[in-house]
Amino acid sequence: MTDTSPPKKKTAAPTDGIPFLTKFLRDTEIDTRLLGMIGALMLIWFGFHFYGAIVNGQGFFLTPRNLWNLSVQTSSIGIMATGMVLVIITRNIDLSVGAVLGLTAMIMGLLQVNVLPQYLGLGNPAIWVITVIVGMVAGACIGTFQGWLIAYRGIPAFIVTLGGLLVWRGSAFLAAGGRTISPVDENFALLGGGPYGAIGATGSWIVGVLGCLGVVWMLHSGRKQRIEHDFKLRPMWAEAFLAIVGCGMIIGSVLLVNAYPWPKGIVNAYARANDIVVPPEGLFISHGFAIPVLILVFVGICMTILMTRTRFGRYVFAIGGNPEAAALAGINTRWMTLKIFALMGMLAGLSAVVASARLNSATNALGVFDELYVIAAAVIGGTSLAGGLGTIYGAILGAMVMQSLQTGMVLIGFDTAIQQIVVGSVLVFAVYLDNLYRKKVK
Amino acid sequence: MTNKGTPLVEMRDISISFGGIKAVDHVTVDLYPGEVVGLLGHNGAGKSTLIKCLSGAYQADAGQILIDGKPVEINNPRDARAQNIETIYQTLALADNLDAASNLFLGREIVSPLGFVNDSKMEAETRKIMHRLNPNFKKFNVPVSALSGGQRQSVAIARAVYFNARILIMDEPTAALGPHETQMVAELIEELKKQGLGIFLIEHDIHNVMKLCDRASVMKNGQLVGTVNVNEVTDEDILSMIILGKKPEQAA
Repeated sequence: MTDTSPPKKKTAAPTDGIPFLTKFLRDTEIDTRLLGMIGALMLIWFGFHFYGAIVNGQGFFLTPRNLWNLSVQTSSIGIMATGMVLVIITRNIDLSVGAVLGLTAMIMGLLQVNVLPQYLGLGNPAIWVITVIVGMVAGACIGTFQGWLIAYRGIPAFIVTLGGLLVWRGSAFLAAGGRTISPVDENFALLGGGPYGAIGATGSWIVGVLGCLGVVWMLHSGRKQRIEHDFKLRPMWAEAFLAIVGCGMIIGSVLLVNAYPWPKGIVNAYARANDIVVPPEGLFISHGFAIPVLILVFVGICMTILMTRTRFGRYVFAIGGNPEAAALAGINTRWMTLKIFALMGMLAGLSAVVASARLNSATNALGVFDELYVIAAAVIGGTSLAGGLGTIYGAILGAMVMQSLQTGMVLIGFDTAIQQIVVGSVLVFAVYLDNLYRKKVK
Repeated sequence: MTNKGTPLVEMRDISISFGGIKAVDHVTVDLYPGEVVGLLGHNGAGKSTLIKCLSGAYQADAGQILIDGKPVEINNPRDARAQNIETIYQTLALADNLDAASNLFLGREIVSPLGFVNDSKMEAETRKIMHRLNPNFKKFNVPVSALSGGQRQSVAIARAVYFNARILIMDEPTAALGPHETQMVAELIEELKKQGLGIFLIEHDIHNVMKLCDRASVMKNGQLVGTVNVNEVTDEDILSMIILGKKPEQAA
């Protein structure tokens, strides 16, 4: 594609005229941005780990325990960031997601603690199902309303959602009179993670194997499509490389989450409850993947399919690239905007499930400043504020970068003020780097 | 030119105004199959506005649009497309961040039975039509922002041609093109004419009008000055219609 540009890295060993790295990237068709983001993430991870090891005598970052917690903490922001990508691609913004999260969490808290047990009895398994559905529907309704104001009443998204930020936050306070609703339903709490809210070693292996099968199936069907239409194929070694790396990462993450055992207290309580005799050296019960992480992965896959494989996704990009052209092509841009905000609201509702389940309570402060982290995650992940560009996996990686920075700074003992300064600076710097990268690619 | 029988399109007494200014004022034009009608006039004469009523981008305040003699309602671009009306806009109306295939099929994607877009199929179809229109076109996997003016134009033209248009609207199709590409567009217009399409051509270059059009309708200040058969007038006549707003008989 950019075959006219002169090879930049003269030092790299050339193989038949083309630098090895260029040839490698071209044949595997790996997105260089993705590599850059993973590189940045690794830099942060190793940086914090070795900083901890050198300054504090022990690095805590690259431990199964920390990485497992990191994955759980990323979930809530990550889920919303996937929706924010769509909003930003279509040249809008949603400042209200944190407040929507707060309000839907409060609605769900009241519903499952004060209302449903009266009719269904405490601990009824239907409670969590109804609660989750109500939460997501409530989020979607709020999103639809905001989307309607933006699309059909012509109020700028910035204003509508800035107003929303205050309105929904205030509503959350009023809904419970400022009280904290706690504890939530037992089953509902599992959706937030924790030892019981994870699927264990066997479950994780099943998920891992399914994931590997998915990777192989994707590569296979992609190749089949190309053969059918006579397009250029990836070399076989590149396909094998992608399959091995993809499956390797999945299996690696399974090994990682399975290496993090339940704490002793939980093991003992579990053993007592199930009449298991704990041997003197202790029982090793793995956490496995946390449920919120699986929710994030599921949302990420669905949203990626939505954005790359459906008309809806195609129209989102088209509207972002040229709203006028999209309208002339017969796309109902207003209806699309409304749907995008409805989806964003629904994801905020889902995110509220994860966040309030993790805290085991619905509080007024839940989701404060989340909108900023969500927007930052999407932007660090390569979503262009000018519209038309962005990926779901980028936003999830962006959420991970934000969370890694915060967790890392907590681990090495930076106080909140420094954390804020660093996170803010990294956001600006990341976007600057991205601009440089885009210019160079062009 | 045999202007007999039912016109393919008849825009009858069309008026549209924006904030009190009459952009198009009781204009009537028609178009027969296998004919190219040039729409001429100064910038702001109302040509593009008139044609946008036909392509569904605007709705006329008054007047009627007939296709094959039957009145039709065109309220949005989808309605126009349903009537096999395709438009190549002056701005090309491409989404710069999408590749050629996505632009070509925008709003009319090929989907699999499960409802997923079939990108490979669309790219294959795009390769076919581009091979016909512009054999030098090779950049299928890059956003159209990375294409040259001529290549972008070919994408816009391919979009209009691919879907078997009966009525084609071209708004200054050669404005951004070099001599070679202009020639290509001219040949394409000839070919489409032979296939029996009716073409509305908005054009500023009087030589292109004389070469490509069968009839010319001239507008000035939102009103129709007149419609002439191109082979019965000189380019001087048409210029005086555009500049002075007078029909040749009056000018003479």
